[in-house]
Amino acid sequence: MKAGKTGAEVRLQGVAKRYGQVTAVKPLDLVIEGGTLVTLLGPSGCGKTTLLRMIAGLEQASEGQVFIGGEDVTLRSAGERNVSMVFQSYALFPHMSVLDNVAYGLVSSGQRKRDAHQRAETALETVGLKGFGGRLPSELSGGQQQRVAVARALVLEPDVLLFDEPLSNLDARLRRSMREEIRALQQRLGLTVVYVTHDQAEALAVSDRIVVMRNAGIAQAGTPEELYARPGSVFVATFMGEANHLRGRIERVADGVATVALDALRIELPDRGLPPGEADLVARPEALIVGDAGGPGLPGRILRAIYMGSHAEAHVETPVGEVFVIGPRALARRAPGSAVSLTFGTEGVVLVQP
Amino acid sequence: MGRAPSSLVPWLLAAAGTLLLPWHMQQDGITLRGVLALGQEDPEAASAAWQALAHGRFWFWPVVAAVAIGLPAVQPGRGRAVLRMAAGALGLAAIVAQGLAIGVQGWSFPWLEATFGDLGDRQFGIGLGGAVATAGFLFLLTDGLALRGLFKGDRFVAGAVGLLVGSIVIFTAWPVLTMLSQMFTPREGLPWTEALGVRVLDRKIWGLACVTANVNCGVFWNTLMLASASATAATALGLAFALIATRTGFRAKKALRLLTVLPIITPPFVIGLGLILIFGRSGVVNQAADAMFGVELGRWIYGFGGVWLAQVFSFTPTAFLVLIGVVEGISPSMEEASQTLRASRMRTFRSVTLPLMLPGLANAWLVVFVESLADFGNPIVLGGSFGVLSTEIFFAVVGAQQDFGRAAALAGVMLVVALAAFVAQRRVVGRRSYVSMTGKGDVGLPVPLPDGVRRAAFAIALPWALLTAVVYVMALAGAFVKVWGRDWTPTLEHFRRAFAVDWAPDGTLLFAGGAWHSLWTTISLAAIAAPITAGLGLLAAWVLSRQVFRGRTALEFALMLTFAVPGTVIGVAYILTFNIPPLEITGTAVILVACFVFRNLPVGVRSGVAAMSQLDKSLDEAAVTLRASTFRALRTVVLPLLKPAIVTALVYSFVRAMTTVSAVIFLVSAEYEMATVFIINRVINGDYGLAIAYCAVLIVLMMAAIGLIQLLVGRRRLGRRSAPAAIPVGGRA
Repeated sequence: MKAGKTGAEVRLQGVAKRYGQVTAVKPLDLVIEGGTLVTLLGPSGCGKTTLLRMIAGLEQASEGQVFIGGEDVTLRSAGERNVSMVFQSYALFPHMSVLDNVAYGLVSSGQRKRDAHQRAETALETVGLKGFGGRLPSELSGGQQQRVAVARALVLEPDVLLFDEPLSNLDARLRRSMREEIRALQQRLGLTVVYVTHDQAEALAVSDRIVVMRNAGIAQAGTPEELYARPGSVFVATFMGEANHLRGRIERVADGVATVALDALRIELPDRGLPPGEADLVARPEALIVGDAGGPGLPGRILRAIYMGSHAEAHVETPVGEVFVIGPRALARRAPGSAVSLTFGTEGVVLVQP
Repeated sequence: MGRAPSSLVPWLLAAAGTLLLPWHMQQDGITLRGVLALGQEDPEAASAAWQALAHGRFWFWPVVAAVAIGLPAVQPGRGRAVLRMAAGALGLAAIVAQGLAIGVQGWSFPWLEATFGDLGDRQFGIGLGGAVATAGFLFLLTDGLALRGLFKGDRFVAGAVGLLVGSIVIFTAWPVLTMLSQMFTPREGLPWTEALGVRVLDRKIWGLACVTANVNCGVFWNTLMLASASATAATALGLAFALIATRTGFRAKKALRLLTVLPIITPPFVIGLGLILIFGRSGVVNQAADAMFGVELGRWIYGFGGVWLAQVFSFTPTAFLVLIGVVEGISPSMEEASQTLRASRMRTFRSVTLPLMLPGLANAWLVVFVESLADFGNPIVLGGSFGVLSTEIFFAVVGAQQDFGRAAALAGVMLVVALAAFVAQRRVVGRRSYVSMTGKGDVGLPVPLPDGVRRAAFAIALPWALLTAVVYVMALAGAFVKVWGRDWTPTLEHFRRAFAVDWAPDGTLLFAGGAWHSLWTTISLAAIAAPITAGLGLLAAWVLSRQVFRGRTALEFALMLTFAVPGTVIGVAYILTFNIPPLEITGTAVILVACFVFRNLPVGVRSGVAAMSQLDKSLDEAAVTLRASTFRALRTVVLPLLKPAIVTALVYSFVRAMTTVSAVIFLVSAEYEMATVFIINRVINGDYGLAIAYCAVLIVLMMAAIGLIQLLVGRRRLGRRSAPAAIPVGGRA
């Protein structure tokens, strides 16, 4: 548990996985920098867990190479790679005490039992479970079991720590605090972490970088902010939170700025390499501003407005379709049917690939 | 990290087997001095290397060469994979080739003699050295394959798969193929094509004379008819019992479940004996009819009716056991949904419950069909002139005619029928997608049976249960009277004849009874076989359910196929294959143990698979990512959690080894006589009293064994999860 030691870099080159006719992961390249936490995010069946298991060595890549810390580990088994994994079910050995569970990896690597137990105690302390070593896993709560699983993986000082949907068995409140703990631990110890989840809020909260996966391939990779504010496709935009998908027309492009026509409204956006013509754009609900009728912007009509406490939400009918808006509490006071005008903020509205 | 470990152990095995240990089987067993066989005078007692060097047996040089090639494998290093593979493959090929080519009379094949001339030498069966060397070369080969990246690079998995494949080949595929080839041997001057035709198209197999005249049909039709009739009746009865046990408020449900244990603990001919004592010529029914009405009922029990009745008694519990699972597997929410859709109970039963059970019913039918096909005990006791395949095979081998070609042809027919049933069963079970298999709690209460169905079930099942009890009671009562039907004086004479214990003049205990010898032999051989069966079976279960590698489905299919081979076929195949070199083990304990292991392997595999399906797969994966080798993960994580399955497999394989008869009846010798065969011989001699007394002792022994596991396994709980002991179903003969 030495602080300051930075985790190893993980590099995937053309890695793919096929089961007979079925392609679980298409050939892809990915670099995970040392000491960062990268999430693999996507709907179920997108290949994220298979990718993680290929890094772990639990699945062998059908093609391509896996490097950890610059070394080619493609042909090595899980035990021969210096990686540890926290399983979705935790996979704590039910017939061993918590301490034996945490010490298992050390004993397997040939350490003497006494030393292994000593280091296991330290690891348990790191995750805040000092004194729980003598219990059986079944005598712990879900959150505590989760911590034991983390301690068991950490104690081996792995080059890479892998998490497979680690919080999906916890209730919502516990999930929040556990994800913060995992993030804090990762930053304190400088670990390289690959983290699989299907929950975008969890991904945004813990990640240095997020890799959004879809249909066995990478849809887009970037920092949480990049992915949220500048999604590359409609899929990424809608997967990374609420988004309005609008169809417009690029009238002209000059110096990287596109002028986009939305019905009668003209807005200027970064062109992102798109030529003039029909175009897709996405707008975050909070990037849309509802004003009084007659102002600049698209004319619209409130369909319904909902008071949400910290903010208000509204569905507005416009010439380019129905849109969903998040605004200040005052928005909820607009009556259904009342006419409004809709303008676009500078952030959260982008042109995307169709 | 990443350094390929050395293959020292396999190489040492291969080297020791080739260089040091006596290669051939020793007539009088191996003495301590005989183990070191490097400088032996007698070529038959020498190691392979010494035979080649000092006795001019050139055919061992390739084996020695393979050992030399494998030497670099002792050094760690990934690049030496090819050497290991080469050494292993060459060694195995050399052993097989020399073993098949040279037998007790020199060259085994005429064309070899024609090519190389008279050998002027000969050799006997492979012994300790040969066996150890074979294992060594096998593991060198699998090590090499694993280092080339097969089996995910896991040498333990590779070795396990190699072991399984090797044992299937040696103890099932080779004997069965050898037996089938016997069908083609020429006979009495006929060329092989005609000999084959005569054997396979025999009227005694396929004759249909019984349709028009009052004579027996061919044994094929007899067998088919009997198996279908038994399967239909047993399935119907089993369903009635299953419905009562799971869907009614019947009080004695627990007692009903006891019924499921019966087929496991009963030696296969107890029912037949019981029926003879009731319906036989001097049975109670005949005697009563004669005394009261002066009617002579005759010997109708000997024939189709009697065998059928005995089989229905014997196999109803099996069908019941299969069908309990089927009925319980139907999700109550389906039936509840049907009821909320305004269907009556009867309509729900007919349109929802019954269709959902159909694949399960078909499966139960096929399980009983196969058991009936393989059954030997009931037809031999009750068949009379009504012959079925299993008894005809037996008489072809042991009878005055001693016609192995005919036995092989009959066994071939039987094998085809068994495999057809196996394929049908795979189809049926493969489609059982709608029996809910998820472990998730599907809440809801099972719908009570409609009145009509319930009454029918009780009307069928209760009398039958009573009748079963009567048969058992009668069977056991026969052990306590002097001569059934003639002299009803109560006596313990039969037990005394079988199990008398005297004090010898010198003060030691003397087991004077006639049954002691076979009982001790049976117990000790079953005890040797049980751990091997359980170990191999659980290893197979683990490899098949936990490891992913190319060819896994093929291995699974091959394994299941070997389970489908009827015991009689295996028995014939073993004597045909193993009474000549290279593996000359007929008449030894080895052949009996091998027979037990491979006949009862399904027990180990099934209880292993059942237990492992309850263990989260990520437990093994966690162990592997925690630097544990596959073997360590198996030993420290999987095995401790499988304890109930291990105990179950151990006890059931022990019990089944003690009650099996169909295969071992061909393999016993004067020195190694089995309890069941001893009993059969008493029955054939008409000595029912002693036979029944012996059966009673066996039943008590088995009940004790089963009770013991209930005690050991029943209470075991781990955390919140309990792993129930799976009772293996089917495949018994």
